[in-house]
Order: sequence, then structure tokens, then C-alpha cells
Amino acid sequence: MSAARSKPVPTPETQHFWDGTREHKLLLQQCSSCSHTYFPPRPFCPKCAGRDVKVIPSSGRAKLYSYVIGQRPAPGFEPPYSIAVVELEEGPRMMSNIVDCPQTPEALVLDMPLEVTWNKLDDEITLPQFRPAGKGVQP
Amino acid sequence: MKRGSIAIVGAAESTDMGLIKNLSQTGIHCDAALNALKDAGLKPSDIDGVACAGEYPVNLAFQLGITPKWLDGTYSGGCSFMLHVRHAAAAIEAGLCSTVLITHGESGKSRIGYYMGQNLAPTGTIGQFEMPYAPFSPANLFTIPVLRYMKEYGLTHEQLATVSVIQREWASRNPRATFKDPITVDDVLNSRMIAYPFRLLQCCLVTDGGGALILTKADRAKDFPTKPVYILGTGESCETPLISQMEDFTTSKAFRVSGKLAFESAGIKHADVDHLMAYDAFAHLPIYALEDLGFVPRGEAGAFISDRHTAPGGKLPVNTNGGGLSYMHSGMYGMYALQESVRQMRGVAPAQVPDARISVCHGVGGFFGASGTIVMGNERPD
Repeated sequence: MSAARSKPVPTPETQHFWDGTREHKLLLQQCSSCSHTYFPPRPFCPKCAGRDVKVIPSSGRAKLYSYVIGQRPAPGFEPPYSIAVVELEEGPRMMSNIVDCPQTPEALVLDMPLEVTWNKLDDEITLPQFRPAGKGVQP
Repeated sequence: MKRGSIAIVGAAESTDMGLIKNLSQTGIHCDAALNALKDAGLKPSDIDGVACAGEYPVNLAFQLGITPKWLDGTYSGGCSFMLHVRHAAAAIEAGLCSTVLITHGESGKSRIGYYMGQNLAPTGTIGQFEMPYAPFSPANLFTIPVLRYMKEYGLTHEQLATVSVIQREWASRNPRATFKDPITVDDVLNSRMIAYPFRLLQCCLVTDGGGALILTKADRAKDFPTKPVYILGTGESCETPLISQMEDFTTSKAFRVSGKLAFESAGIKHADVDHLMAYDAFAHLPIYALEDLGFVPRGEAGAFISDRHTAPGGKLPVNTNGGGLSYMHSGMYGMYALQESVRQMRGVAPAQVPDARISVCHGVGGFFGASGTIVMGNERPD
């Protein structure tokens, strides 16, 4: 068995997020006081420090904000592999990988539309990744 | 802090640099400390304040036989030492201590007793939300913003490559530089791809090394054997440990805040600056620093560099030791940038800038995570 990529271990503040991805839901948080939508998860608003926050679903639609293409082998990563930051439709950005497309500068164009896809690492952890929009079967 | 009220009276790098097989990381801290003490003509018992990163200040004090009245273990990555200088200056001014030793040692290549101060546990924010997507390495992460910058401002691959070429020109003048042979833009663009768009010659070295500084009140500075270097202004800030959460990939908030504080406290204008150290773990960093510190308008740093303004003979010499790209880079490079600013202000740098009177030394920590900026001068202001 080849070595695996680094796997997240949820904490009380982030458990809902990883519970969500297991059910193929990408969950963000929103402040009830100032309406700020944010990521990564924490039980208070990073903009106004309000503790009254709710969990909201993301559409899973995003744009490619920036990336590199890693060329060096690493556990769980077969070169070349994209390391990308995507901007979700709701505003927050997150790190991810762009999959289901060639890992080349020609195929990975900034601001291209993306959609979430799921990479099940084990029964506990499913990673959200992204692929060019329109690749999947529409719900 | 009153400008010029604190001076650097001791400065030295580790005895060896590059590959150090006979010392652990702690040992490199101590070696650099002893060299700085010798430079200042001091004994450990003359030191009453210690600061370090990548080592516990308690252990540093114990190893050297120092009984401090003041300790600072601030860890903000590679700019930790800029923050230590700032904190030490404030502490001395406040009377908490009189003579501060700041050390750095890093077994960055040999990894003997290597220690890093960052939380990379799988329960941490980086461990949960970045490491699953990226093998944790500066080359994979620090580099991510540049494609956005290139799209926004039209920076070309050739311009980005020029950063490495010009720094090698500076390194060729420095006998202690790891790489001294001239390179061309073609050499850079044909070197091995590490993380597109970054190639080998656009990434910093990986070496062992260390350095140390000694600070005290400027009133005492004339009693020391070397030419004092005065702290004119300081700044520090931070943004995020997660590069994915940086507000804008074309500009660093930490750079802007820290730089503004340093310039304002020093009471200087950009035209007053004779020499700039712009921490260069990767080739895009001097571009961000030149713009975020306000030396050039947004989007123009690539052209400023390729027009040779930062090169030998240019109007703003930058990274005159050869930088992290060609001189050395043990992981937390800020100490070596500070050492070069001190050498320039003492007038003893291998690639000395003629008549340099004011040096700005700008550091970054993490991946655009934190920043510290120190303005030094070779004369005490009135």
C-alpha cells in the first residue's frame, strides 16, 4: 500500500464540516448578526466576533482563483498535481485540488468555473475537491 | 521607541554556513551567539535579555549561562528576528533590560536537532484545511498567489526569472554566497520545474546556518569595538497562517501594515532609502515587497527589476548578499537579511553600496503569514 496524503482530524469546532462532506455537502458558516459568510469553520464570526452563527450549505460552484502544479512526488500525490485555491460562489476561498482534467497550465485557466466533487479517504473523511464545471451529471 | 535611541552593537553569522555537520540546531544558535558576543566585546554575563525562534529562549539562556531579566520567544516564521529586534528595542527603552541577545540557528539541511515552531498537527487549521491538498512545503504553498498576480498585472515569466538573475549578480560579489556563477533568464526558464510556474532557480536554497545580534541603548553604543548601527524605525504585523485565506493574492496585508509602521516611525521617505533587503524565499517575494512597501506603484515591480533598478549600480540595491535565492536560506531567512543590513550600515559588506546611510530590512514569516520591517541607519538622528 502506498503512503497516503495527510488526513484531517476533526475538532469540536470543525466536526460539522467533515460530517457534511461525508454526506457530500459542502458546509459554510454565516453570522446571524452581520451576515458574513466564512470558512474555515469556527464557532464565532471572524468579522464581528458574534457567537450567533449558523451553518449554511454551499452550492459547490466555484472559480479558480490561483494554483501551482506540484512536480515532486509526495505521499498520496502523483506528479503532476494541482494545488489550487478556489473561490466559492458564496465568497469564501478554500484550498483544494482540481481533478478530472489535465494537470497543465493550458487546462487550468484562472477564473474557470468549477464544481465540487468528492474524494472519500476513509469512512470518516471525505475531501471536497473541484473539477471543471459541467463534467458531472446534473442533479 | 524614539528613533535612533537603540543600536545594534554586535552582529555575526555562524562560523560555518551551508552544510554544518558538527552542530545541532541548538549548537548553531550558540555558535552564532558566541560570534556576536565576540564582535561586541561582551561576555554572556553582560547580557540580560534573550530572544530566539526555533529554540526555547530558556534553553538558549541555560546553554550560554545567561540569567535574563527579559525573554522573548516570539515565533512568526522567518521574520521572527525582525519582531525580536522591535520587541527588544521597546524593552530596552522601557528599562526592562539593557543588553539583548537575539539568536538564530537552523539545521535546515542536515536536520540535526531540527525544530520548527508551527502547529502542523492534523487537528490544526492547516492540518485540516490545507495539508490534505498539498504536500506541506514552501515550494508548494508560498508560490500559489503568483499566477493571480501575473494575470492581474501582466507580470511575465521572463520578468519573474530576472529576479533570480539579478540576485545572482549580487551573489557573485559575495565570497560566502552558496551560488556565485552568473545565470541568464534562459538558464532560469530551463531549470527544473518544481511547482509550476516556479522553477528550481526561482526557489531558495536549503542550507544550515545561524546568526545573532546584540542590541543596547544608543547612549552606550560608542563604547563598543564596531561601528554602531541605529534602529530608526520598526514595524510588524500578520495576516493568516493559511495561504488560501490571504485576503488578496496580489498584495500582502502584513507587508503593507508592517512597512507603513516602519517608515512612519523612522520618519523617512522612500527616496531616503539607500539599500533594501526584501526577504526572498521565492522569486516573487521582492516584487510583492517593492510594491507593498511603497517603493513602486502596484503592478510595476517586475518592470522595475528588469530595468535593473535593484541590480548592482541601480538606484535601489536590493538583496545585496545574493538573497535566499543565491546566498543561503536555512528556512527562517530573516536573520541573514538583518545581518546584511548591518554590514551595509557598518560599511563592511562584500558588495558594499557606496555611501549607504539608510537600510530597510523587510521580512516575511510563514507564507505571507506575518511580517516585520526594520529601518537601520549608520548615524544617530538628532
